[in-house]
Amino acid sequence: MTDTQTRPAGHADNPEEPRPERAGPDLPRLGLRGTLRFLWAQLTSMRTALVLLFALAVAAIPGSLIPQRHISPIRVDDFIAQHPTLGPLYDKVGLFSVYSSPWFSAVYLLLFVSLVGCIVPRVGVYFRALRAEPPRTPRNLRRLPAYATAEVSAAGAGDVLERAVTELRRQRYRVRVVEGPGGASVAAERGYLREAGNLVFHVSLLLLLLGVAVGALWGYRGSSVVVVGQGFSNSVTQYDDLTAGGWFKASSLKPFNVVVKDFQVAFETGPVQTGAARLFRADVAVTDKPGDPVRSEVLEVNHPLHVDGSTVHLIGHGYAPVVTVKDGQGNVAFSGPVVFLPQDGNFTSAGVVKVPDARPERLAFQGFFLPSAVVDAQGPRSVFPDAYDPQMFLNVWSGPPAVETGKPENVYSLDTAGLTQLRNEKGDIVRLRLSPGQGTDLPDGMGSITFDGWNRWVKLQVGDTPGAPVALAAIGFAVAGLCLSLFVRPRRVWVRVSGGTITAAGAGPDGGPEDATGTEGPEDDGPRVIEVGGLDRADARGGLTDDVDDLAATLAGAPEVTAREKSGARP
Amino acid sequence: MNYAYYSSVALVSSVVVYLLAFFAHTAEWASARRVGASEVVEERELVTAGVGGSSGSSETVVSREALTREIEGELADRRVEQFGRIGVMLTVFGFCLSVIGVVGRGLAAGRGPWGNMYEFTITAMVAVVAAYLIMVWKADLRWLGLPVTLLATVGNGLAVTVFFVAVAPLVPALHSVWFLIHISAAVISGAAFNVGGLLSILYILKKRAEDRGTVGGYLARIPGSRRIDLLTYRFHAFAFPLWTFTVAAGAIWAEYAWGRYWGWDPKETWALVTWVIYACYLHARSTAGWRGNKAAVIAIIGMASFWFNFIGVNLLVSGLHSYAGV
Repeated sequence: MTDTQTRPAGHADNPEEPRPERAGPDLPRLGLRGTLRFLWAQLTSMRTALVLLFALAVAAIPGSLIPQRHISPIRVDDFIAQHPTLGPLYDKVGLFSVYSSPWFSAVYLLLFVSLVGCIVPRVGVYFRALRAEPPRTPRNLRRLPAYATAEVSAAGAGDVLERAVTELRRQRYRVRVVEGPGGASVAAERGYLREAGNLVFHVSLLLLLLGVAVGALWGYRGSSVVVVGQGFSNSVTQYDDLTAGGWFKASSLKPFNVVVKDFQVAFETGPVQTGAARLFRADVAVTDKPGDPVRSEVLEVNHPLHVDGSTVHLIGHGYAPVVTVKDGQGNVAFSGPVVFLPQDGNFTSAGVVKVPDARPERLAFQGFFLPSAVVDAQGPRSVFPDAYDPQMFLNVWSGPPAVETGKPENVYSLDTAGLTQLRNEKGDIVRLRLSPGQGTDLPDGMGSITFDGWNRWVKLQVGDTPGAPVALAAIGFAVAGLCLSLFVRPRRVWVRVSGGTITAAGAGPDGGPEDATGTEGPEDDGPRVIEVGGLDRADARGGLTDDVDDLAATLAGAPEVTAREKSGARP
Repeated sequence: MNYAYYSSVALVSSVVVYLLAFFAHTAEWASARRVGASEVVEERELVTAGVGGSSGSSETVVSREALTREIEGELADRRVEQFGRIGVMLTVFGFCLSVIGVVGRGLAAGRGPWGNMYEFTITAMVAVVAAYLIMVWKADLRWLGLPVTLLATVGNGLAVTVFFVAVAPLVPALHSVWFLIHISAAVISGAAFNVGGLLSILYILKKRAEDRGTVGGYLARIPGSRRIDLLTYRFHAFAFPLWTFTVAAGAIWAEYAWGRYWGWDPKETWALVTWVIYACYLHARSTAGWRGNKAAVIAIIGMASFWFNFIGVNLLVSGLHSYAGV
């Protein structure tokens, strides 16, 4: 039993570990093996771990200050547009996707390699330590940080060690009786769980990484905008965006169906935090798989829906104005809700109504839906997120019919190639302003548009993170291990009974009690001295001195007399 | 009854009372300056007296001078004691006011008062001062009064002036049991980190004075650097697992609210950065060459990171945790 228990064997600080000399010009060459060993020792040293931890903290910071692609791609594009020199440079070094950049990955992977290199040897050391007995009683207990003596009569001295064993076992020490040159003594140790907790904590971090990796490889997350009244079927084509891990298969998507029957939303109308969201609640009808009975569910923020291993979250909402467009020939070329995307907290929403089937010319309308519209110096804008005075502001484009290419195009933006903006007789650009129920004819007999009303849409996020339970369990173990490793106090205690006179026991500063106990077995009937020494092996808490004093007093059998008496303090 | 009004009044008053407590502790430090100096002189005199003990006359002269000093010292000592007691009493008073403020706020809002920066700060300050007062009572930690009252004054002062928002219900994202779990854990661990950070600052001051041999004034009255270091460690050892739990609870909540347990939102990122820095601190304490000053500096960096996560991320960076309402 050595001190390796407190000093991790895998660390370079350990003198037993072969540590190659720093490579200098006159030193023998390390060779490949030696170099590797050297690098391994360096990597797994505590100092390197510290540096890597620092590096991790520093490397994580830019991602919180610079916009990130996976969070807000639009803000990244804005940033690049605003910083023509810095932007591309940032892009090149991965500052827009810090957490998947090679350098960030390198830091945490090195950290985990260092972690493995650190804990693997420690596990071995720990299991050897578990089987080991408490260390032998030191010759001189007085030199220990805590030391107490108590007097006991010769008659009572006989069973002191036995009682010490019982008492220390009761305090959950591992106890052994040591036969030494100075007679028998008791050695006890406790707090083995500290190192166990430490190891559990570090292994849990590996488990956490595993859980996160499983989620990243097999998991998927996608979102879909669903207008109230419509539904969503879980297949790849129904997603507006879908990110999935490398080992995810589209065929593993469960064929469930969600119909959004109703969506309630409420905003603060009082003077404080006016416009803040107060309620989101979607009533949905869920079909687990085709042919199953339909069940009604309520979907709210913080209350996701669990369907067949996937979770469905409500993560956004907005407005979908309902319009009807008739073309120049008087036919209805489009009718229905169009999803407009909110641009600000008051749901000033932008969108495009594309009518490719209108004849003789195809039509497109681009503009804004404002739930509570005002027109002032800043132009038309919404002043409240709820629909108190909904209005649409639209520009109109027309062009010759285009050939259907089959290429996917963005439904939220208008490619004006091949289109011209409609103008009225005076040559001014046509700007439409419509309230619900209102319609207007377009100039030049192009047709008409009616703003029939509005609907809401919700953004559903569907996903599955398979490793999450593993990660959660890992965190649980980590916290438990952490508590053990920080709060368990490893401690060693030794008890010895010295024969002979008391003064001998408390003799010179360095004179061991060994001199006093030289006589094997008490010759006289004078009092004996119980010596108790204690050593804390981690400085998490005090109280060692008190505990040692108490033990001495307990063993002497008269706590009120001897509790605080120390050796040498006696007359 | 208007709880919100009384809550505001109580909190504004608490700032004033904490400030007075801070002045009292400043006076305590200032009068301790003289005590420390005279104690040092006294020791030297005693040594001289011991060496030259053979001559009776010099002994009496020295002892008369020593007596005068002793009386002066006694008086200064009493002043220190008086100011210290006043400081603690004012702190207790300020604490009661701020508890009234927090409870009133909770009653006014009809929920746990942690919905925005203002409420978080006033609750965290109650936790800090409560931790301090318990330590004063149990472990005679009155010497921590100056930095703690300063922190409480600044914290509650910022709250009532900069962070204040009127009582309002919560946004739907905060309607969750995790609101209670996640934020109360954050408040308590934050309080412990802050006390730990203050202790680290005191440690560095004390250690430097010890190394230079210029321990005087107030520094002579606080425990030795070794003991401060131990206390610092205990506060951090308490706070670190709780902070780990805070981050984990936040991740669980994020899974419920946003459908992902970790999304590198600025608040999440900075919580992790703070966690890593405190992990550094704990490792540094058991690494040769990093104990003592360097570890204390890391703890202070950790506290700074905690504050940045709280103030900087809420006010400067846009993210999902935008609940400041300022």
